[in-house]
Amino acid sequence: MKVETEKLPTQRFKFNAGLQQFLAFGSLIFLVIFFSIASSNFFHFSNIVGILLSTAVIGVLALGATFVIVTGGIDLSVGTVMTLSAVMTGVFITMWGLPVWVGVIGGLMTGAVCGLISGFTISKLGIPPFIATLAMMMIAKGLALIISGTKPVYFTQSEVFMKISLGSVLNDLIPGFDIPNAVVIFFIAAIIGSVLLSRTIVGRYNFAIGSNEEATRLSGVNVGRWKILIYMIAGLFTGLAGILMASRLNSAQPSLGMGYELEAIAAVVIGGTSLSGGKGTIVGTVIGALIMSVLTNGLRILSVPQEWQTVVVGFVILLAVYADILRRRKA
Amino acid sequence: MKKVWLLSVLALVLVISACGSNNSKNNNSSPAAAAPSKKAGSTDQKMYIPIISKGFQHQFWQAVKAGAEKAAAELNVEITFEGPETESQVDKQLEMLQVALDKKPSAIGFAALDSQASIPYLKKAQDAGIPIVAFDSGVESTIPVTTVATNNSVAAGIAADKMAELIGGEGEVAVIAHDQTSRTGIDRRDGFANRIKEKYPNIKIVDIQYGGGDHLKSTDLAKAIMQAHPNIKGFFGTNEGSAIGVINAVSETKMTGKITVVGFDSGKAQIDAIKNGLMAGAVSQNPVGIGYETVKAAVAAVKGEKVDPIIDSGFVWYDKTNIDNDDVKAVLYE
Repeated sequence: MKVETEKLPTQRFKFNAGLQQFLAFGSLIFLVIFFSIASSNFFHFSNIVGILLSTAVIGVLALGATFVIVTGGIDLSVGTVMTLSAVMTGVFITMWGLPVWVGVIGGLMTGAVCGLISGFTISKLGIPPFIATLAMMMIAKGLALIISGTKPVYFTQSEVFMKISLGSVLNDLIPGFDIPNAVVIFFIAAIIGSVLLSRTIVGRYNFAIGSNEEATRLSGVNVGRWKILIYMIAGLFTGLAGILMASRLNSAQPSLGMGYELEAIAAVVIGGTSLSGGKGTIVGTVIGALIMSVLTNGLRILSVPQEWQTVVVGFVILLAVYADILRRRKA
Repeated sequence: MKKVWLLSVLALVLVISACGSNNSKNNNSSPAAAAPSKKAGSTDQKMYIPIISKGFQHQFWQAVKAGAEKAAAELNVEITFEGPETESQVDKQLEMLQVALDKKPSAIGFAALDSQASIPYLKKAQDAGIPIVAFDSGVESTIPVTTVATNNSVAAGIAADKMAELIGGEGEVAVIAHDQTSRTGIDRRDGFANRIKEKYPNIKIVDIQYGGGDHLKSTDLAKAIMQAHPNIKGFFGTNEGSAIGVINAVSETKMTGKITVVGFDSGKAQIDAIKNGLMAGAVSQNPVGIGYETVKAAVAAVKGEKVDPIIDSGFVWYDKTNIDNDDVKAVLYE
């Protein structure tokens, strides 16, 4: 963070989009170096892997949130939809006895259907995203509790299901390279997300809608339909996050997930995506999510009291949004 | 196109409402229609005792509810059981208390989320002659006729004794607590820490962190502590989510057998972990007993019988050796 506070005054005059990205990446590197020097216990293979693993769930959620935020919208339901997807996966696999892969697809579909409904209520019924997804947040939370009977759904120590997050395909390929699948899945999802956002027509319309929805509509784009698709894509990422979480805990905890949406939004914002829409990158979001977990992990290792950790993360969010405002002023 | 959309939304609403009715048993049916008269003592009218808990989603509260229902059936009284969605919704709980008072019940069972905030409502109950039975955590007031609770501090002390025994009386240990503001969080953390300080000078508590009872966050917390203190020998998790988090961390880092885990509360995952050796043991409150004693005390108070000001609902240390005993099974909940 010190990098940001020191650099801002001198560089504010040549601020541009690339610079913010660099600023985020630079902060991440700075944090890693800082914590490595501050504690000899930080820069270890196992701890770095631990940080990556703890980034995976929030990170995948944030990938989906990036799509929605680029449209100029917001999705408050991702935390509870994630939980609902996890619960549904549990229902498919343990209650209905379906194969694991069917359960996984079911979990992804649960996320997509919730995204579809949010997208529909936003673009066809004209309900503001904040309200529509707030409602979805409550609906998903309630459904998760009803379907699970307020009890955790256990995957009865299913080795196969646990391996989704905690197994290591990489280790099987290259012995000694013990990186959990959840981390690999996170990076693959990020690559897919990045391609979708920067190289496909969905992405192009996404930025167009976020920059100027009316102009996009006037140029003959069916904005409503594309928005629904975008919320569905976000829903798929949410479903994936739910599966990763359930797999890591080998259970779906119906009371979990509240508050995760705010962490995901924070990661997106720190990564330089503008909350007013039209600007943003997946790489930024990945960096944003990593900054959050490096920060919390590092502060924990230094035994900084937890209350202060929360304060520090709050300051980082403020700095990130301030950098966005500076960029906007220069643009 | 529009019609198709509308139809699919309608279909969804139907599915949702169908799901809802299947599970209506879980909902707390409103007793408004059956709201009994205030004449609690009269025998032809069933006593009505609303129980206002701190929550209903966790297995713990479901077990309290089961105990309360058991007592209600035995004593032939009518109860309702409700609580806010999260344990931070103090205002919602007070609203529930107000609604319960308006129904003029025979007595009320109440587990305060905030002991100060509820006092004005309790005064109202006192003025209306409705006895209050506090449960789970006390209220800083003399209005409740009794408080039914676990002595969390003593129970956590037992966990400290067991930890000391298991790690041979020396080494580094850490605590993953569920929060730093609630009575149970504070009592369990301090109960453990104080016992270690008093009795085991060679054991050092290197860190105390708070995971909010969130399984995933507690896992990451425990891993970070293990990273910072490579020689750590044991962890104490102060509630179900915290303990599960520690267990996950230990199995993810493949430290099973090298790190001793003791916990608090019960639940399927903890029971499994104890059976397969991931966890040494845990202290469980007796939630069924809390619910049972609460209703029993309330009925006694309505009838004008003498009730002890504090009813200790007890706790149990359970591990591999006694987990299948009947008296232990009775307090565990899955």
